Parts: sequence; C-alpha cells; structure tokens
Amino acid sequence: MLTIHLSIVVFLPLASGLIAAFAPRAWARWIVLAGTLAVLGYAVAMIVDFDSGRPGLSYATDDEWIPELGIHYALGIDGLNLFLVALTALLWAISTLVAAFKDYERPRLFFFQLALAETAVLGAFCAQDLALFVAFFDLMLVPFYFLIGGWGEGQRVAATTKLVIYTLVGSLLMLAGAVALGVLSAPAGGEASFLLTDLEAASLPEGTQQWIFLLFAAAFLVKMPAFPLHGWMPDGYRATPLPVLVLFSGVVSKVGAYGFLRVVLPILPDGAQHFQELLLIIAVVSILYGSVLAFSQDDARLVVGYSSIAQLGFITLGIFALDPKGAQGALLQMINHGLVTAGLFFIIAVLAARAGGSELLSRMGGIAYRAPVLAGLFLVVALATLAMPGSANFVAELLILFGVLEDKLVYGILAGAGVALAAVYMIRFYQRAMHHRVGTGVDSRDVRGVELVAIASVVVVIIGLGVYPQLVVERSERATVAKVRPAEQVADRGGEAVAAPAPAASGPAPGAGGVPGSRGGQPVPVGPDGQPIPVGPDGQPIPVGPDGQPVPVGPDGQPVPVPPQPGQAP
Amino acid sequence: MTLVAAMKGPAIDYAGLSPLFAVLAGSITVLLVGLFPGRAVQHALVPFLAGLSLAVATGLAVVHWQTGDLDPIIEGALAIDTLAYGISILCFVTGLATIVLGLRSTAVPETGSGEFHSLLLASIAGMVLLAGAEDLLTLFIGIELLSIPLYVMCGSEVRRATSLEAGLKYLVIGSIGSATLLYGLALLYGSAGSTEFGRIAAAADPGDPLFLTGIALAAGGLAFKASVAPFHQWTPDVYQGAPTEVTAFMAVATKAAAFAVLLRLFDHALASAQPDWGPALAALAVVTIVIGNVGAIRQRSLKRMLAWSGVAQAGYLLAGVVVGTRLGIQATAFYLAVYLLMNVGAFAVVIARERRSGTGDSLESIEGLGAASPWLAWPMTICMLSLAGFPATAGFFGKFYLIDAAVSGDYEWLGVAIVVGSMISLVYYLRVVAVMWMSPEQVELPSGPKRRLRPLKPVTGWSPEADARAQPEVTGVAILMAAATIFFGIVPQPLFDVARDVGSSIAGLG
Repeated sequence: MLTIHLSIVVFLPLASGLIAAFAPRAWARWIVLAGTLAVLGYAVAMIVDFDSGRPGLSYATDDEWIPELGIHYALGIDGLNLFLVALTALLWAISTLVAAFKDYERPRLFFFQLALAETAVLGAFCAQDLALFVAFFDLMLVPFYFLIGGWGEGQRVAATTKLVIYTLVGSLLMLAGAVALGVLSAPAGGEASFLLTDLEAASLPEGTQQWIFLLFAAAFLVKMPAFPLHGWMPDGYRATPLPVLVLFSGVVSKVGAYGFLRVVLPILPDGAQHFQELLLIIAVVSILYGSVLAFSQDDARLVVGYSSIAQLGFITLGIFALDPKGAQGALLQMINHGLVTAGLFFIIAVLAARAGGSELLSRMGGIAYRAPVLAGLFLVVALATLAMPGSANFVAELLILFGVLEDKLVYGILAGAGVALAAVYMIRFYQRAMHHRVGTGVDSRDVRGVELVAIASVVVVIIGLGVYPQLVVERSERATVAKVRPAEQVADRGGEAVAAPAPAASGPAPGAGGVPGSRGGQPVPVGPDGQPIPVGPDGQPIPVGPDGQPVPVGPDGQPVPVPPQPGQAP
Repeated sequence: MTLVAAMKGPAIDYAGLSPLFAVLAGSITVLLVGLFPGRAVQHALVPFLAGLSLAVATGLAVVHWQTGDLDPIIEGALAIDTLAYGISILCFVTGLATIVLGLRSTAVPETGSGEFHSLLLASIAGMVLLAGAEDLLTLFIGIELLSIPLYVMCGSEVRRATSLEAGLKYLVIGSIGSATLLYGLALLYGSAGSTEFGRIAAAADPGDPLFLTGIALAAGGLAFKASVAPFHQWTPDVYQGAPTEVTAFMAVATKAAAFAVLLRLFDHALASAQPDWGPALAALAVVTIVIGNVGAIRQRSLKRMLAWSGVAQAGYLLAGVVVGTRLGIQATAFYLAVYLLMNVGAFAVVIARERRSGTGDSLESIEGLGAASPWLAWPMTICMLSLAGFPATAGFFGKFYLIDAAVSGDYEWLGVAIVVGSMISLVYYLRVVAVMWMSPEQVELPSGPKRRLRPLKPVTGWSPEADARAQPEVTGVAILMAAATIFFGIVPQPLFDVARDVGSSIAGLG
C-alpha cells in the first residue's frame, strides 16, 4: 500500500494559498493551480491504490489534539469519502484553472480564499473526529463568505450575509449537538472523546439521540439545501462568481449529505429511525418542489439551482431509506450530481458569454448549429442529469428507488415522479439554450480554449462513470453498508418490537394497510422470502442472507461481508 | 506583656506578594519620575518604566506559579494561587498593550504622562488584589482600588466633553455598584460571622434569608463591574466616551478581574448555596447574552458595538461561573485569555483608524480597509471571526469549552443559549468584515503611501495631524493579537494547560 499522508493532501492547498498570498501578483493563480493539481494527483493515486476489501480506514492519522476535551486530530479515508475527496480535488482543479484565465481584482486574496476553501472541504470529508469535522465544516464558510462578498455579482453582500447566517445557524446548532454528543457519550467518570469510532460505540438514550439528531439535521439540511431551509439559495446562487458556484453547488452541498452518512446514521441510529418519516417527507417535497421550480425559471443558474434541490432530495431519500442500497445510491448520486452541476455551470458561463453576458434563457437560443461541440457536450451533461439509462445517475437513482420502495412504497412512487420531472426541466433548458430561435444579440461561437478543457474533462468523467459505475459502487460498498447498518437494525427492531407484543391483533400479515409486509403504514421487516426476520435472543435481528440463511456474525457484532446485494450492479 | 504577644503581626509572604509590590512600586516611581519635565522623560521614560514594572510583575507571577489549592497568605486575606496569578497576568498583559497603544494618545499628555501611567498601574494593583481576594475586605479594597483610577482615566481627555461625561457616568454608576456590593458583603458577614471566604464556606446556611439576600446584592454589585445585564447600561456610553486605549483596558482587564472574583466568591465561598444562586445566575446569563447581542446589532459606532458585544461575552463567561465546576473555572479562564486577544486586537485597529480617518470610530472609518491597508484589515477580520466563534481562531475553542462546561454541568440549555447568542452576533461581526472587504474604498487616507506604513519617526508635537502619519506600534499590537488568536486556534494546548492549572486552584469541585 502506498504511503499517503492525508495531512499533506488536506493542507497542501492551504500551503499553496499562503505562498500565493505573498508571491508576486501574477504568480498567485499558477501556484494555487499547481497545489490543486497535486491534490488531484494524490486523489487519483488513492483511488488506484484503494483496497476495497480492507475494513476500517486507510491512510489514517490519529493524534491527540486537545486531550482536555478529548479531541483528536484524526483523518482517514474509507469507501464513503474516497470519491468525495476525488470529486473535490477534480472540481477544484478545474475551477481554479477556469478562474486562472479570468481577471479578478486582488488576485492573491481571491486565490488564497479558493485554496483555503479546498483545505476546509477536504478536511471536512477526511475528518474522523466529530469536533474536527465541525471545525472544518464551519471553516468552509469563511472563504466562501469572502469569495461571494468580494467578487460576486449584483446584491453580493446581502446575498453572502444571508447565506452565511443561514448556514451558520445550522452549524452552530450542530456545534452544540456535537459537544453534547461528546459529553453525554462519555462513560461515567471516564474521559470524553470525540472520535467517531468512540461515539459509534457508545449508545445514547433514545430521547437524547432525538434532540441531538434535530440539531445535526438542521445543519446538514441547510447546507444541502433542502426544501424549507433553502431560502438563501436563489440570491446566493445569483451572486456567486461562476467558478466558485461550481464548487459551492458541486462540492459543498455534498458535505451535508455526507454528514448524514458519516455522523448521524452510525452515531444516532435511534434518532434517525425516529425522524425517518420526517426526513423522507422533506426529501420528497424537495424533489417535487425543486423540479417544478426548475421548470419555471428563466435564469439558467436557478434552473440548475432548483434542480440541485431536487437532486439532493433524491440523495436524502436514499440516505433515509435506511437501507444499504439506498445509501449506496445516494453516495453515487452525490458524485454524479457534483459532476453534472459543474458541467452545467461551466456551460452556463459559455452560453452567457455568447448571449451578451445574460444568463436568462429567454436571451439564449439557437446556437447548436454553429457550435456543435458545445451542443454535444451539453447534451451529454443534460442526459446524465435527467438520469438517462447508461449514465451513472440512472444507476444511482435506481439504487435509491430500490432502497425506498422496499419499505416505503409511497415515497418511492412520489420520488419516481421526480425522475420524470427532471426530464421535463432539463430538456426545456437544453432546447431553450441550444435550439429554438436564435436570440437577439447571440453570438454563435463554438466553445474552445480553457472552457473546452473544463467542460470536456467533466464530460469525460461523466461518461467514464456511466460506463463503469462499479468503480464507485464496489469501493464504497463496504463502508456505506457499515454506516447504515445500525440505523437499519434499529428500524427493523422497532418494527419487531411493535409486532411482538400483539401478534394476534394484526400481525405482520401481508395485505394489512394495503402494502405487503407493512402494518398500519409501519414497515415490518420481511426477509426476501416474505417471512419476518428472525430475532436473536438479544432482541437483535439475525441478518438473513438472500438465501434465507442467517448470515454469520463477526465478533464485533457486524455481519461478516454480505454477498453482493440484489440490484447492486444493474 | 500579654498585650505584646497578642499583637504579633501576621506572617507576610513577600515572595507571593512580589507581583503586587512590583506594580505598586512602579505606580509610585512613575508618578515621581513624571514630575520631571522634558519630552524624553514624558514620552519615553515614563511609559518605559511603567511597562518595565508590568513586565517584572509578569515575570514574578510566572516564577511563583504553583498549582494546587494553596493556603491564602496574610492571615487568609489574599490568595496567591494560579487563579489569582493567571488573571493577574492577563491584567498585566492588557496593561502593557494599553501603554503601547497610548504612546501617541491625546489622553496621556492631557492628563500628564506620569499621572496617567501611575493611575493605570494602581488600577492594575487593584485587579491583582481582586483576583486574589480570599476575604470580603480584600475584595472590596480591590474593587475600589481598581475603580477609582479608572474613573479618572475615563475622563482623561479633558478637552473632550464625551470623555468627561464618560468619567462622570462611570463614577456615579460605579459607586452605586460598589454600594450595592458593600451592602451585600455586610449581609454575608452578618450571616456567616466571618469575612474570610473559607469560613463563610464552612458557616454558610443556604436557608438563611440574610445569607441569600447578601448573595443577591453581592452578585448585583459585581454584575455592575462585569457589565452583566441588567446592570450593563453604563457600558456603551462609557466605552464610547473614554479614550479608546482606556476602553480597551477597561473592557478586558476589568472584566477579567471581575470574573476572577465571581469565580472565587461563588464557586468557593458560596459554593454550598449553588442550587440557590445557580438558576438565578443562569437566568442572568441568558438575559445578558440576548440583550448584549441584540443591542450590538443597531450600532454604527465600533466602540459601542464592541461594548455591547462585551456585554454578550460576559453572558457567555457567566455560564462558566454558573455550573460551579472545575471545568467551568477552566473554561472561564480560557475564555478570558482568548477574550483579551480578540478585544485588544480589535480595539487596536479602532485606535489606528480613529486617529487617521477623521470619522471617529464609526463603521465608515474602516470602509474599504481591506484594500487600503490589509495589515489592519486582517487583524480586525481575525478578531471579529474569533469573537463570532469561527474555527481556526481561539474563539472557537473558547466557545467550545464553555459549552462543554455547561453541558457537563447539566445546563444543556445554557449551552444552547450560548449558541443562539452566537447566531445573533454574526449579524454585527460579519457586518464589520463586509464593510472592510466588500465595499469600495471611500475614506481618503490623509497622507502617506497607501500600502506601506511609514517607518517610525520621532513624533513632533502631539497634534492629531501628526498622529495620522505613522503608528506602527498600534498596527504591531493588532497583528500580534491576531497572530496569537490564530495560533491558539490551531495549537490551543498551551492555553488549555494554563487553564487546567487555574482550575486546580479551588479544591473540592466536581
């Protein structure tokens, strides 16, 4: 195994940014670009080197940082964050490249902030200590605050203030939740620890888990954003400079979803199970609301912005299916969404340059004939966004829907409508921008130069993942399944606990409540053969393999690696 | 002959008292040296001697640093434990910063350099007494020795009406606070039958109405000093009116000393009544957090904004007192140290701009500062982010530690109150950052190249115009404080070690 020092990966951008801040003005952009490219190289090396059969963390670092508070400086890579780190590295490299060819006032400060942002995001993805995660999570906001407020467009200061206050309200609630989690999880008389593994091992009472869950959910849902908490999005997206928006929408929004998988599900399984319905409702409403609004926008940025709300709704849906397939789909969809959003925003920049600087769809149109390369690239991205079979998005959404349909049929059906709506708004976007009548003042040049490089490299990765989604699915399976398992078990146990006292009253009879295997809307876990899952003497369900045989359980209580799940590789 | 035996004086631990002696000796020396005329004496020698005495006092406190719950000296009147020394060192450092910031102040020559620095050192001596007070009498003497010089210093810009107004206002309200405190202390004595903290702790009867009334009055009196709501009304006016270097000193050092005595009085002498005063102080903390943060939102004056923010921060700090645990003491001490860095840094920038911009301490004075002079804008930005509690600054761990203490002490909701306060505070802290970095530069700098500070030149005369030229020492203080804020935001361990030492000074806490 390669020796890769995660600390170098995380802090390399910051180092390059600091050097750039004191270097001659003209050099700043190239120094930061070199830093992001080096991180990208590291990320590719990690993907190649990654051993998907290895349990636990790779390239782990774990040093005591603040013994008084039990905070560790712990970084690590597993299947859950490997590709998110890679996505971060890729999009940052491309965005920095695009930004390097533009003229910004005070370039040293701009590129320093860009680099600081990458360090913060990488740190949040790699952190294996809750306090460290919270620190990086909050730190992300500082550079984006400066980038949007200093180099944004229109009402930038108002927009950035709104954005930061929205997100920080969530973050600070999470800070309180994190401290409470660390303190309350400490064994009686023992030292507190914020290491995620220690927190996973401790089990909190259900009531405590519930209020802490809400604090975390607030932070992550604002960051995504999800439906009722997206108020900052339209203004924020309009004001953000495009290369920064690519990062903010493509990468930063994923940190929230990632937080659910990394922190919430394994540590607060009871809380997650308790609020499962709430989160599923939020997810479905986000999907429908985002899709409908994306269809009705004239501003191309907001089409993508609202479509992001819908896509992140899908991701939330997959996570809170509390099912390994759903979670895997969610993870894959995070990568896909990052890629297609980046592609779309770069394309918007190109389109706007050809429509006299306007990003309104009504000003665009009719350039496909003269700009075939752009049209082709855009078509690939658009089809990927609407989850055309053959794209990785299709695989991801299928996995998510599989995960949901198993237990939560209604949500699955509603979300399925969202898939259709995606086709509606994306095709509208494509038609308005590329075909239709030629807009007044539209200059139909084809894409070239650095923009071509940026869009083409995103498209290459999109196509690559579409051909071979197993790259992500295989490497992430082990970690994802392990993170979802506790909540899944709680969900199953919850169902059993209800069913057990009064088996005669209603029982897990198929047909009750209209849905096979459900009772009064509450799911009852059933094995693949339609039989309730047997319960062990400790009240824990015995995991059953696809063949109906109990799966052997390892000494750590985790089932020994399960054979491939059905539907995992369509 | 028996009379002689009874008159045996108390044993005096001169080594333990040496930091206090250094400051007092400095105060007297500076006053006398200041009598000599001549620019070299007034502008160089006097500040140097004052700074020297503070540096010596700091060194002595470090040398005599000894962890554990030490017996108080002078017949149980004064503690020389780590809590006393730790807070004293904070006051010494603030005093040093004040001297440096005041090198070009108009207040210093108007009062007379010797007098100003002598008053400053006397006030610091009061803080040392207060931080170490183990006896109600020491406490009161400390409070008065701290306050009386400060009243004068607030009014030391004698040609500016607002400065005089600030001095008078502080005098009147401070006296009310002292009177309330004194009344409370008298009741405590009446109930416990002793003025020593140790004996009060032993004799305390939580059911005694006299005792509880005493606690309430004493808390009220100390709340005046710590600007805890609803006893905070003087804070914005006095902070704004006083010369800014005095404001910085008052904001940081007075608060540190006041919280030291709150910790010692409540968590040591009155610890047995914690179930009684705990909820009441917790309620005060919440009220303070809300009032301070909401009050700061409307402010256009930086000094008033920092005053209101200081009220809010007092609310956060109070959480560390409320829980009455060792962790609470450590968190409070930690936050006080961080508070010093952030506030002195911010006030240094205000001083620099106030002397240059001609728009006083209003928000306009820092408009476009990011482009015009990044060496001032960065420290201000870092201090604001730290006050707001962003990670990678010391303020993050300060809040983290306080919330940790609150949650561990079964005051989860107080932790949430701190968090909610921080949310409100973002509005005004981020506004400062936005004004510096995100608005076009409108303020014309009076002279000098934009991006470079002029080298230090001997200042000719004391006119404000001359001050506008160069003040590298003010920028230096700001940069130093900001750098320390970042350093302790990334490597907080040294501060945690000190805080742990301070926490060991009161035994018998959970």
